Amino acid sequence: MSKKYRVLIGKPGLDGHDRGAKVIAQALRDQGFEVIYTGIRRSPAEIAAAAVQEDVAAVGLSSLSGAHLRLFPAVVEELAKAGASDIAVVGGGVIPEEDIEALKEAGVREIFTPGATLEEVMNAFRDACQKNSR
Amino acid sequence: MPEVAKIISGVSHGDPRSIGRAISIVENHEPAAHAILASLDPEKIEACLVVGITGPPGAGKSTLTSQLIKEYRRLKKRIGVVAVDPSSPLSGGALLGDRVRMMGHALDKDVVVRSMATRGRLGGVCGSAGAAVRIMAQSGCEVVLIETVGVGQSEMDIVRMADLTAMVLAPGLGDDIQAMKAGLLEVADILVINKSDLRGADALVLDMESVARQRQERLGRATKVCSTIASQGEGVAALIQRVNEVHKVFEENGEISQRRLQARRYEVIDWAVELIRPQIEACINKDEEFHGDPMLLAKDLLAGLGIRSNN
Repeated sequence: MSKKYRVLIGKPGLDGHDRGAKVIAQALRDQGFEVIYTGIRRSPAEIAAAAVQEDVAAVGLSSLSGAHLRLFPAVVEELAKAGASDIAVVGGGVIPEEDIEALKEAGVREIFTPGATLEEVMNAFRDACQKNSR
Repeated sequence: MPEVAKIISGVSHGDPRSIGRAISIVENHEPAAHAILASLDPEKIEACLVVGITGPPGAGKSTLTSQLIKEYRRLKKRIGVVAVDPSSPLSGGALLGDRVRMMGHALDKDVVVRSMATRGRLGGVCGSAGAAVRIMAQSGCEVVLIETVGVGQSEMDIVRMADLTAMVLAPGLGDDIQAMKAGLLEVADILVINKSDLRGADALVLDMESVARQRQERLGRATKVCSTIASQGEGVAALIQRVNEVHKVFEENGEISQRRLQARRYEVIDWAVELIRPQIEACINKDEEFHGDPMLLAKDLLAGLGIRSNN
């Protein structure tokens, strides 16, 4: 990878299950990404503000608490408010099949559920970064 | 307005998006970097205090940095943080986790945080971090903290760009400290014993006070020792007072201007090497055989680029 891709991994909401987020963050690092990790229990506004300051190309959100329908679109909205709609949002976690459509309609680029391979997730981030050629 | 002009104006107005973009553009050596760097106001840069925060992993640098942000904000200062972490030498990637401790300030528009990876270059990161500091200064930051782990040459070089440096230590990290005594204690103007509620802190304070005395005798320059419990914010206001005291002394005795001159020289070298690197790499990649002595090859290569080396 010649150009360095910067991405941010965050966990919005009251959800302390960070194993998944950390696995993804480490896998991204091992694929040559520069990964900013925000830690758990962040608000959508905090995650968006950090993404803007860090000038990342994509944001990855992890949720295992069931609040994804409210929290993921909120991050998309906050990014738009900050004039950063070009920053792609990718989500993953315990997300029922029937919610995926709604999340995508709300502007989440890709959703990964249990069983997704790391390779698929990495490709989604790489794709998002490539398309975001500012 | 063209994109670059918008970013330049945005930086001056403290717009987070513009500041973030500007730092990336410089870090990635994009063409617009020139216009951005040329637009910076030397007076704003001159007025900005740059404090290095270094120390071994686990000493509590990020937690202390977060508390320093809080205290500086209480003093109504706009503040920037450049947090540098090493890139993986294998993948070139990096996991930048310093923000975890600073997220409490994420919504404060007067706190500008930027994580930066060393990108495994021989130099380079100093130039990028220096540029980030200046862009933050342009955006109105009165204080910028450069936080980096205190091991390795490139990290030490980064810290040398600061006006003054605080070295964060904690009890129980003895081995790291032994290893660093020779190098990093030398660059520290303030020795911070963090986690001072833990066992062994008193002994560490005594140790460091003796280091400070020795330095005072040898260099004639005072090194301050102070204790903090960063997780509870204890000792942080006192630390800022120490920073201000040292800053005042350094301003009066010319140390600050000396250091800035030195840092500038160093950064110019860093940038010069960084900017010529792609051409050198192109030359190397062109010649697949590459026989002969490396130094002689390097001389030939530089001559080919029109640079005559002296020896």
